[in-house]
Amino acid sequence: MVNYKGRLDRTFGALVDPTRRAILAQLERKDGASISELAAPFAIKLPAVMKHLNVLDDAGLVTRSKSGRTVTVRLRPQPMREAMEWLRRYEHFWSGSLDRLATYAESKETEARRRGR
Amino acid sequence: MTSVTLVRRIKARPQVVFDAVTTAEGIAHWWGPDAGPVLLAESDPRVGGRYRVRFRKLDSTEHESSGEFLEIMRPERIVMSWRWKGGQEDPGESRIEIMLRAVPEGTELTFTHSLLRDEETRRSHEGGWAGALDKLEAHFARGASA
Repeated sequence: MVNYKGRLDRTFGALVDPTRRAILAQLERKDGASISELAAPFAIKLPAVMKHLNVLDDAGLVTRSKSGRTVTVRLRPQPMREAMEWLRRYEHFWSGSLDRLATYAESKETEARRRGR
Repeated sequence: MTSVTLVRRIKARPQVVFDAVTTAEGIAHWWGPDAGPVLLAESDPRVGGRYRVRFRKLDSTEHESSGEFLEIMRPERIVMSWRWKGGQEDPGESRIEIMLRAVPEGTELTFTHSLLRDEETRRSHEGGWAGALDKLEAHFARGASA
């Protein structure tokens, strides 16, 4: 349970940063990229990119594998699926609630107007 | 992507919607994902005050959520924390923000439920999410069905 919440926190925490999202988007276009390929579009130094990759790795959003001197980075979908599941569940929950809230508030409004307030 | 946002247009004035959102009587009429009944609603709508809602879903399971009012600005803004009792399905605390804006037909309500703290939420909105993540979602959706 605690792990689930911890994982979600890490996933959302990793996803709030625009550079990290850009890295994920790059991997979406070409899965299995080297670190220098990933760093190329950014105006930041390699160590900074490494730091972002560490965060993404901790969140389980990417995996890194080493072959010789090349590190290959790949997307890992599971945490993203959990995050989307969280969002979908609440979307369903609140969508029903807000429909009823609207109906109720509108009936209260009609009632108030009838009483001339 | 890091939060759920829903918008509704309601044919009632903001102060009427505000009371429907915050009072125990109001909450008892709308809270919950389906047409199952609210069994208990308590609410103390002022900063630091708490609310508690217990409801039964149509599948006859009972659930309880509670939290604290963090900001109250009648009739335009409510911020509250949210937590499930027991917390099996979603442990920990999240955050709900409701904005009410007067529009010609009544009120535009913007509802946001987010897992993140304020600062992170703000950054995520500034970062201009949309495009990149939509693609990612599509990617993962494909992966899920593969």
